[in-house]
Formats: sequence, C-alpha cells, structure tokens
Amino acid sequence: MSVYNQPRKRVIQMIILGMVTLIVVRLFFLQVVETKYSKLADANAVLKKVIYPSRGIIYDRKGRSILRNEALYDLMVIPASVKKIDTAYLCEILKIDMEEFRKRITNAIRREGRVRQSVFASLLPPETYGKLQESMYLFQPGFELLLRPVRSYPYGAGANFLGYIGEINTEQLKKPAYSAYQQGDYMGITGLENTYESTLMGQRGIQYLVKDNLNRPQGPLENGEFDTIAIAGKNLRLALDVELQILGEQMMKGKVGSIVAIDPATGGILAMVSGPTFDPNLLSGSYKALNLGKLMVDTTSPMLNRAIQASYAPGSTFKPVTGLIALDEGVITPAFGYPCAGGYAQCGRFIACTHKNPGHASSLRVAMANSCNSYFMHLYRLSVDNNKWGGTMKGQVKWTEYLSNMGFGHRLGIDIPNEKPGVIPDTARMNRRYTGRWNSCSEVYVGMGQGLLDLTPLQLANAMCIIANRGSYYIPHFVESIDTDKSDLLKKYKEKHDVAAHISAEAFSQVILGMEDVVVQGTARGAQIEGIAVCGKTGTAENYARVNGVMTKQPNHSLFVGFAPKDNPKIAIAVIVENAGFGATYAVPIASILMEKYLTDTISVKRRPILQRMMETVTMSAPMRAKSKVDSLNSVSYTATAGEELLKKILSN
Amino acid sequence: MNRSQAKLTAGIDWPIFGLYFALVAIGLMAIFAAEYREGDDVIRNLLSQNKNWARQVLWLGVSMVLATGIWLTDSKFFTATANLWYAFGMLLLLIVLAVGTGVKGSNSWLELGGFRFQPAELTKLCTNLALAKYLSSMETDFSKMRSRLIAAAMVLIPCAIIILQDETGLALVYFCFFLVMFREGLPAALLVIAFSGIILVLSALLVDKYILLYIFTGIAALVIYFSRREIRRKKTRLAYILSIWAFCSAFVLFIVPFAFTKVLKDYQVRRIEVMLGKENDPKATYNTRQSMIAIGSGGFWGKGYLKGTQTRFDFVPEQSTDFIFCTIGEDFGFIGSIIFLGLYVALLFRIIFIAERQRSTFSRVYAYGVASIIFFHLAINISMTIGLAPVIGIPLPLVSYGGSSLMTFTMLIFIMLRLDADRQMVLR
Repeated sequence: MSVYNQPRKRVIQMIILGMVTLIVVRLFFLQVVETKYSKLADANAVLKKVIYPSRGIIYDRKGRSILRNEALYDLMVIPASVKKIDTAYLCEILKIDMEEFRKRITNAIRREGRVRQSVFASLLPPETYGKLQESMYLFQPGFELLLRPVRSYPYGAGANFLGYIGEINTEQLKKPAYSAYQQGDYMGITGLENTYESTLMGQRGIQYLVKDNLNRPQGPLENGEFDTIAIAGKNLRLALDVELQILGEQMMKGKVGSIVAIDPATGGILAMVSGPTFDPNLLSGSYKALNLGKLMVDTTSPMLNRAIQASYAPGSTFKPVTGLIALDEGVITPAFGYPCAGGYAQCGRFIACTHKNPGHASSLRVAMANSCNSYFMHLYRLSVDNNKWGGTMKGQVKWTEYLSNMGFGHRLGIDIPNEKPGVIPDTARMNRRYTGRWNSCSEVYVGMGQGLLDLTPLQLANAMCIIANRGSYYIPHFVESIDTDKSDLLKKYKEKHDVAAHISAEAFSQVILGMEDVVVQGTARGAQIEGIAVCGKTGTAENYARVNGVMTKQPNHSLFVGFAPKDNPKIAIAVIVENAGFGATYAVPIASILMEKYLTDTISVKRRPILQRMMETVTMSAPMRAKSKVDSLNSVSYTATAGEELLKKILSN
Repeated sequence: MNRSQAKLTAGIDWPIFGLYFALVAIGLMAIFAAEYREGDDVIRNLLSQNKNWARQVLWLGVSMVLATGIWLTDSKFFTATANLWYAFGMLLLLIVLAVGTGVKGSNSWLELGGFRFQPAELTKLCTNLALAKYLSSMETDFSKMRSRLIAAAMVLIPCAIIILQDETGLALVYFCFFLVMFREGLPAALLVIAFSGIILVLSALLVDKYILLYIFTGIAALVIYFSRREIRRKKTRLAYILSIWAFCSAFVLFIVPFAFTKVLKDYQVRRIEVMLGKENDPKATYNTRQSMIAIGSGGFWGKGYLKGTQTRFDFVPEQSTDFIFCTIGEDFGFIGSIIFLGLYVALLFRIIFIAERQRSTFSRVYAYGVASIIFFHLAINISMTIGLAPVIGIPLPLVSYGGSSLMTFTMLIFIMLRLDADRQMVLR
C-alpha cells in the first residue's frame, strides 16, 4: 500500500517547495525591491533632536554683560506618571485652580500623549521656581523642572538697540536663508539680536536618538556617529558704556527724544537712548507674551528707536555744517560778517532772528556763538548761488552733495536694522515741492536747519564726529569686536571714511572755534565742564504736526550737538528732547552730564542737582503721559537689579 | 535488547539532530535580540529569569531532559501507548475548556503551580501518535470510506475542542494531518476539492456575492452546454452540476455572511479583511504593518545582529513569540531569511526522507505527521509576518519563545528519531 502511494511524496515535497517559494518571492519584494520600508523604519525609530547652543553674550566696553542668558525653568509633566500628588498645593504655588490644572493635563496629553514629557507651565518666575523647587518631592513622579535658558538684561538698559528674540515666523521659514531653523525656533527679531543673529546663535547640534514604540528615547543612534556638536554663540563686545546708557535713559524719563553718543576716533556708539524706553526684560522669556502688545500700542511708542527711526529738523545745530560748506566753497572767509538787524529780508519776506544788536554776526565765530539765523541763511544762498557752479540748480546739487558726504539723507549703515535715511533738500525734492520753479530763497531756511531738512539723531551725532575728526568718520556701530571671530563681519566699521578731507583744516578750526565760543560764551554755557574744552551748538527747532488734519505748530524741540575735548575728541553727542523748548534748557544739560561722566568718569558734586533735575523733569505732554502705560510696565522689575545698583553708585560717590 | 552494549547515540540521524539545534540556537539568538538593550547584565538576566530569552534557555534545558528520556525509551512504548496519549490529550483539552486560564483572548492555558501550559500544543503529538497507530493497525484499510472517516474524526475532535477554546490558529494546524492522510491514500480529488474550497472562500470574501452568483451561473451554463452530449446520455450528470452550482451559490449567499456575523469573532473578521486589503484601519493593520516594516527595512544584507531598530524597540508586537521572524528578517535581511528558510526546507525534506525509509507504517505516518505539523506552522507563521496570511497566533517551530511549543516540537522530533533508530524492528 505504501509503495503504491510513494509518488505522493513528490507531491508533498512540491507543496512545501511551492509555499516556500511563495514566501521567498514575497520577501524579495519586501526586502530588496521595495525601499519604503527602511524609510518607514527610520520614521518609526529615529528621533532627530536639535541641541541648542547657548546664545552669545553682549558686553559693554568695560566687559560688563548687558545681555546674557539666564536659567529659567519650565515645569514639565508626564501625565501617565502623575499619581497621588498634592494637586491643591501645586495649584496654589502656580496660582491656578483645579479646572485649569485639569485643562493643562488634558492639553499635555493631547500634545504629546500620556507617557511623554510636555510643558505644564513655562518659564516660571523666580519666586514660583523657588517655591516649587523646595517642595518638588511632593509632586514627583510626574512633574519635573526643566532648565530653559532665556535672555536677560541685568542692567535693564538698551532695549531699543539690543532687541529681543522671538519665534521664527512661517514666512521666514520658507526662505532658504532660514533653512537651518525649525518651527518654534527662536531668532533675533530686532536690534543687535537680529543683526548678529548668525553670530550670536552659534551652531546647532543635531543628536540622533533611537526611540521605542512609545516615542521614548532609548539612547544614541550608532553611538552618536552621525551627531553634530552644538557650538555656543559668539560673544559681542560693544563700544557702549553701560553707565552712560543708564544715565541717559534716566534723564530721558518722562521725555520724548533721543541721545546718541559716539566715540569719534572709532565710530563706536557709547550710548544710544530713545525716550521713553522700556525695561528690555519686559520682552524676555514668558513676559514677552504679556508685554509686547502693550508696548506696541502704547501712545509714546517706546518700541520706536528714535535715535535712528525718527528724524527732526536740526534747527541751529545745523549751522556749523552751513558754515563749513560756505568756507569750503570760498564764498566767505572766517572774517565775513553780516549786518543782521533782527531778521533776514533779502528774500522778499522778513524772517526774524533772535538777536537784534548790531555786530552779533560780525564774523563766523561770532555769528555761531550768537546763533544768528540771518547769517547762516545768507551763507546758504551764497553757497548755492555761487557763480562757480553756474546756476542755483547746480549750486543746490553741489550743496546737497556736501550734505550727503556729511552722512545726511541716506542710511549710515549702523549695525541695527530699520535705520531711516532722513531728508535733505536735493533738487529732486525741491522740484517736487516747488513744481520745478524754485531759487535760493525758496528753502532759504535750510541754512539755519529748518525747512526741507530732516535728520536722525544718529546722523547729527555722526556729523559731529566728522567735525571733531576734521573731515572723517567711521560708520557708527555698536559692536567693536566679536570673541573668537575671524570673519570680516566688522570690516566695514573699521574703515575710515574721508568725506570732507578736501575741506581745509583752517575751515574746520574756524567752525570749531565758533562751537567752542557757543559753550564758552554763547547759548550752550551750561555745557561747560571744568578743565575740558567742549565744543557744541544748541538748537531750538520749530516743528509742525498734523493735528486733526491741520498742520499745527508744536512746541519747539530742544537740541544740542557737540563734542569734547576740542583737541583729540573722545565723545561726540547729539541730544534731542521733543517739544521741550530752548536747546539750552534740556538738551544742553543732558549732553553735558553725559560728556562729563564719560570724560571724567564722575559727575562733580556741584552738577549733581542738574542731573537730579533732568531725571525728574517731565516734558512729555500731560495727555500723552496719562495714556501711556510704559512707566507702570517699567516699574515691574524682573531682573534689572544691576542697573539700579549702578545708578545708585553714580549718584552717591 | 543489547542497547547497553551499543553506543548511546547509535542510530541517531545526525542531520536532523544538527538542524534541530541550529534552529533552536537561532531562535534563542532572535529572542535575545528582540529583548536585549545596551548595558543589560546578561548573566544577571539569565540567573533571575526575568527575560524571555533566559526562560527559553531554561525551557531548552527541560526539553533536553525530555529528549534524553525519549531517546532512552524503547520505541515500542510509543506504539503501545499511542491511544493512551490521545485519550490523555483529549482529557487535558476538556479540562482546559472547563477551567482554562485566559491569555490574550483565548482560554487554552492550564496553570500548574506557577507554570502555564498550553495542552493544545501537546495534543498535536498525541493526535499524531494516535493517527499513526490507527493507520498502521491491521484492521485499518485506508481505501475504505469508514477508515477515512474515523481518521478524519480523530483529527477533527481535538480541532473542534480547540476552536471552542478560542485558539482558532492552533486548530487550523490540525488540518495538516490531511496531508499525512493524502500520503496514505486519501484521494487526490479531495486535495483538489480542498483547494477549490479555499478559492471559493477567498472569492466569497473578495467579490460581491451577487456578481459571484452571476459568475457561477455563467460557469454552470457553459459546463452544461459543453457536456450536453454526456448529459443526454446520463441525466444524473446534470443533477450533479446543478447541485455543485447550488452549493456554491448558497455558500456565497448564506454560509460566508453567516460565518462572518455569527461564528468568527470581530477581531478575526478584521484580521481577515486586513489581509485581503479590504480594511485600512491603522489600528487593525498595526501588527502586520509594523512586522512588514521591520522585515522590509532589513534590506538585502540586513542591519546586523542586534542592530535592528524595529524589533529591539518594541515596534513589533509579540516579537519573541509569534512575530519572531521579524528579528531575523530585520537583522539578517533577505540573505539571512533565505538561509533560515533553507534550514527549514532541509529539515522537512530530511524528515520526509526518513519517513520514506521506514519499514513500519506507524513510523512513516508519524514522521509525515511531524513534517506536516512543522510545515503548517512554518507556512502560516511566516505568511502572517509578511502579510500573506491574516494574523493567526501560532508559533514558529523551535524558534518562537514558549515552553509548551519548544517541548512539544522536541518531543515530536525525538520520538521520530527514536523510531528511526529502531527502523529495523518491525513495529506495529
């Protein structure tokens, strides 16, 4: 019987081979032909973790860190592990109710699932963190504190130029320049944080981790063979003197305006104040969400960096420039005098001057010291009507070329974003305003710094550098050096720009002598500092604003520009206090205090009352101030204690 | 009997012996790979028995004791006690049915002093022995319908009890004995009918029942048309064709829907639908998909031993038991899988070779039984891991983690080796 059925052995063998062949064909398809499975396996099991380097620190000229990283903590939760904890006490510490607690747990589960960690409360305020840390054992397992470095501004100063960081937005993410970023990454939004983003950011590391079926990391992939190490961001060293910055910000309290102080020898910015300003810590970490909106809509526009984003008629502070141009064009000699009898009438209308006494404009020096309007309007006309150029139009082209060389009417290229170019009366603008028909009388006011002329405080301070340097300047900049940096990022700030070298030393010295007279015996006597030759020029600029649709004259801006010492200048400064009246009233003392502090490293006892007064006076209009919330926001001190201590020290010693 | 004078290992079939150990070793390696995490203290794990692989080592030890015991037993013992084994096995199954412990949706486990045991595994051996005994007995004439029905009943009784225990997968394995019966003279037509039956079931699942009805009617009409002459000669032929048509139609229209709604469990229906590609629910397809990802990601050469990310980090469920092949597929790739399957084919062919050299029917039927059981397990298990079959929870012989399974297959193989060693004796 068995012999009879023996061929069936073959059938059974065939069935076995057939089945195995089917399996092998299927395996061939799965393992060799189809490639998607290895990708799916990686998607399953490989976790790409970005390691964030610590962001670069920003130091002032004396190595004081004005922007650094502070360790704040997030409270993390693993919902599955939350068991038998003192929920009520946790809620009490976090100042939330049970409903909120449950909502956050539900959110956490929805975001990351039950077994993975997710944020329960982010960037805890220090006092909350302190309480939590003490009693953390009550909430474990399940809750854990996770370190989250945030930016902190220990001096609470420099908000407008330091800038803040925020999450990258979706439009930026689409651009190739931001290919290294991921959704949710932080980047510099404004100020130095933005300009030096790539330097400060450092280099991100990527760690590949193997994860299990619940997405829990299990360890490095291939012993970290494919990982890249995070490289910390580079530190910036600024020309800024934080003491000057704090003093400036204190004196601009309750005022609208700005201060720019530059070291003429390097172009390094010593202080840049925009008033009113805010404590930059208001925009750090979790506080940003709380405060950014309020600051943005505030009536006083504290987010606006007036030093580079606002432009003003320079008023009389422009007169040294007018004088220089006239001297260089050869239309006058230093001894040129103008018989001003209280006004300028050569343009068919009478434009009043502040002085009537004869001889108040008997020479350039005298006219400068007395700030004679007629004199400088006349110089402007002489310059543009100069026969040498062949017509007013060409004279105006030449004249505005001088202005352009002085850094007016275009962006200087400072290393923070959003600089405004300002306005100069070039022929294109003149043609537009006067529909092609104009002469030297049309905008004769520009000779005295009014009319079709708008300069940023930065441009004014830079013009002072040019005069102080007798014809050259460096592009104003904050960053003097970058630690361990070999790139030529700062190259353009190390180049000297000889823009007015053709102007003779004699012309400069005459203008400078005039500016010295302004301080010694003229309108800026308040700027005198014992033992130091200060040169300067005040300005009281008329200005108009559209009120209910009508251009209405506003209270004058108070201006001062200057530099010191006269020989080998160390500081050039421009101060503008909006709608505050005479230049001598506010701009001069503010500038003077700063120059004294910078040059002598102290403020003499007899001048301290001036500082005190400046810090206390309010020039801002009452309605504006009433609506503004800046002061109340600033009064909440988060971490800016170093600034207060420094100020106390300056005021006491 | 002069066993004592002969060498202890005299008559042992070394190829089978070697293949047995090769597969068990691969199994241990694979279970180890599925569980091992870097930094694990291997010795401590082994001593504390807190890992599957460590327990499998223990089970291997127990299996070796069993194997030695079997090897030292007179082969007559197995022929003599075959029916006793069967009775004992059925008793165990019934006990389990009454007091069984549930593990993962089935009630097939017996708990004995801390150890869990699945009698459905052991009864394969019992059934195999009893079937061999029955087919080799003098009274049995397998060309008679009565004998065939008795043999079928011997197989289907444990099968039915196991289905009642909700272990459909294990029950399926009992159909492997029809392969043995085929070897012993079951008509080839039955094989064809079984094959057609499978096709019928599949088409009933895949194609709309009314379309199938049209197709059946069309085929019947064509058959009647082409065999009209024969029908004219023999009227019964028409009735024959019509009854087949009626059966097929009724099967599609009533039996399959009834089976799906009343007999099969929800998860079983879903698994079948997943396998057929009718269901795309990610939860239902999870096991198969993860298993295919693991095997597919192994590629041609594999990721290397202990380098598989899918199997090591628990993406594949049941990865040391039913889905153990994933570890091999992922770590050793296509090449490794082929070598692995080659070992099985070698084992199966060697068993068939041994079967055919037996002088006694008992030994031959028994050996074919061993081959068939292993083949069914292999085919169903691996097909399941690569998406060719629905998820059916049966282990891969000698390789999957599990004491019952390892011991049963050890006993199956070593009884066969004992019988083979004594093949010169005429056994009944």
